[in-house]
Amino acid sequence: MSTPNFQFDIGLDLFPLLAATLAAVGCGLLGNFLVLRKLSLMGDAISHSVLPGLVIAFLIASTRSPLVMFLGAAIAGVTTVLLVELVKKYARVEPGAAMGVVFSALFALGVLLIERAAVRHIDLDADCVLHGQLETLVWYGAPKGLGELFHPSNLSEIPRQIYVLLGMVVTAFFFVGLFFKELRIAAFDPALSTTQGFNATLLHYLLMIFVAAATVASFEAVGSILVIAMLICPAATARLMTDRLLTQIVWSVLVALLCGIGGYIAATAVPAMFGKDAVNAAGSMSVVAGGILTIAIIGAPKHGLVTRLSHSKKLVRKISIDDVLAALYRAEEAGQTVTTYSLKQALVGRAVDPAITTAIRDNMVERDQYGLNLTPTGRVSASEIVRKHRLWEHYLVENAGFAPDHVHDTAEQLEHLKTQPPAGPTTDPHGKSIP
Amino acid sequence: MPVHPTNPESSQGLAARPEHSANSPLSIHAMTVAYHRKPVLWDVDYDAPPNKLIAIVGPNGAGKSTLIKSCLGLVPKASGQVEFWGQSYKQARSRVGYVPQRESVDWDFPVSALDVVCMGRYRKIGWCKPVSKKHKEAGLRCLDQVGMHDFANRQISQLSGGQQQRVFLARALAQEADLYFMDEPFAGVDAATERAIVQVLRKLKEDNKTVIVVHHDLQTVSDYFDEVILLNMRVVAAGEVNEVFTSENLHKTYGGRLTLLAEAAEAVARASSGSN
Repeated sequence: MSTPNFQFDIGLDLFPLLAATLAAVGCGLLGNFLVLRKLSLMGDAISHSVLPGLVIAFLIASTRSPLVMFLGAAIAGVTTVLLVELVKKYARVEPGAAMGVVFSALFALGVLLIERAAVRHIDLDADCVLHGQLETLVWYGAPKGLGELFHPSNLSEIPRQIYVLLGMVVTAFFFVGLFFKELRIAAFDPALSTTQGFNATLLHYLLMIFVAAATVASFEAVGSILVIAMLICPAATARLMTDRLLTQIVWSVLVALLCGIGGYIAATAVPAMFGKDAVNAAGSMSVVAGGILTIAIIGAPKHGLVTRLSHSKKLVRKISIDDVLAALYRAEEAGQTVTTYSLKQALVGRAVDPAITTAIRDNMVERDQYGLNLTPTGRVSASEIVRKHRLWEHYLVENAGFAPDHVHDTAEQLEHLKTQPPAGPTTDPHGKSIP
Repeated sequence: MPVHPTNPESSQGLAARPEHSANSPLSIHAMTVAYHRKPVLWDVDYDAPPNKLIAIVGPNGAGKSTLIKSCLGLVPKASGQVEFWGQSYKQARSRVGYVPQRESVDWDFPVSALDVVCMGRYRKIGWCKPVSKKHKEAGLRCLDQVGMHDFANRQISQLSGGQQQRVFLARALAQEADLYFMDEPFAGVDAATERAIVQVLRKLKEDNKTVIVVHHDLQTVSDYFDEVILLNMRVVAAGEVNEVFTSENLHKTYGGRLTLLAEAAEAVARASSGSN
């Protein structure tokens, strides 16, 4: 991946890349359950409200050791969830509002605490919380070649954040793997889960502790913007790609990997190609994540916009053709001649011209000097549609209590459905025979 | 969990209670439930006879779903106690099945019909173990019983409302419980599903199970059920359908709502003229 101006440097690039990718994968994995529980904003809430937890833990213990930070974050995470529940219940507001109130208040508290701490010359910076400090992850004793990568003397120089992130990712995978079944039932049907002895509330809090832990582990390196993006984007993208939870989780991890690596390249190598300085990698990863989600929203095979639009377009076209065939069939019954002009007058609002073109191409309709006629194949399809229409009319009058002169429009819609009306009758309410 | 024959005297709070509590699959004693300090259920006493199909009927807001949920510990009780075969819910948990209202879950969830049915077996499978082939086969058999075998691998959002309800029913069967609570299984289903549910209910009764169903259609109470609980915050009347499902009791339960009363009167007339 070398470019004219950019050279991957193990000392400078390996750890930021690794840290960001690990953070992305860990958060992406846990995000699946937030998205499924429609609690995506909870990730946002927790990632902001761990700030006062971190500051308070730091002020009490006067150390930034991972264990102390983790405890502070975990307590803050659970407190957030509890507070959100309380606000929801007693302020009687919707969950989104409850989360918004709680996390903005707690984050503000964190900022105030940092300011107080700054007065006492303690180094904590609210900006780092948002953007992280990826560029500080320099490997001072970096080996010159890949062959020496795992040399013991080099490993001791690995920054603490890498170990913390690695620990977080391994634990998160272990957690999801071990409790996959329990997390699934608690997310899908909390009541059944609880009655079976898998306390859904407990599992919920356990998950939230993991989200808080993942947040705080990722925080220092990549900042809360990337954390929020990674809790939501990979899982939301994956949800569009499949209808199975396990496949969704695999997809989300792949997407997170792609965001991590792709985002880093976009932040370093791409600006270098244009002779510019590297941009913030965490920010660039979030942008890549948003981009991937956008692509999935548009192009996902089953749930994407393109597929849905083309489905509905196909349906509209099929309905137009059905209507043309049925009109020709009815005219044939009545011994009338049909021209393109008379069809257009009969079928207002339908795209008649393309429908006729397609019907002729598919050998359903043929054109002679007098007008349009059904071919034998076309007649079979047309009689099927008219049959459905008239059976539905019969059903609506006999079984649904419609007046005979009010059924045509409803039957006109029902005839295009796959559902078959009950067979049996031989004439419709207007006395026409049912083919 | 093995079934321990319980001595009525040994379990707490049973001594002064009606004779058959320990045999009764469900006995509720002086239960009161409140939301925001407003009582939803007031001093409910009920002993369910074993091996019966039991309907809970009552107007909207009468506390029908709450009754079920508080029995299952999903809603906290303000006072009173609930016992299953003389045991606490925790002890009897694996013998009690539950079918929540269909609207209570997100049907867009990325799982197949079979995945959902297998959830009924999670307690048997236990913590942290994957769903084995044996349990999947059991799940398939349950889907078969409700006529949904061919839909096992469909994602649940692709099923019709009635089919979704049948998946829920299959999941209850997969629990292999002795007592079932079902919350409005007949709500908004098609005729085929209604028949399938009735079939399953009768099969459960044949297999000596007890089923308690929240039911909204007064017309069919006497056709589908043996017993009925008329509920409106408190138990207005409870017992065999042909004894307590009277227009007088319905009047007490539904108050002065005219349309409902007309419906009720019709139902009672049907019940007395041609019940089964």
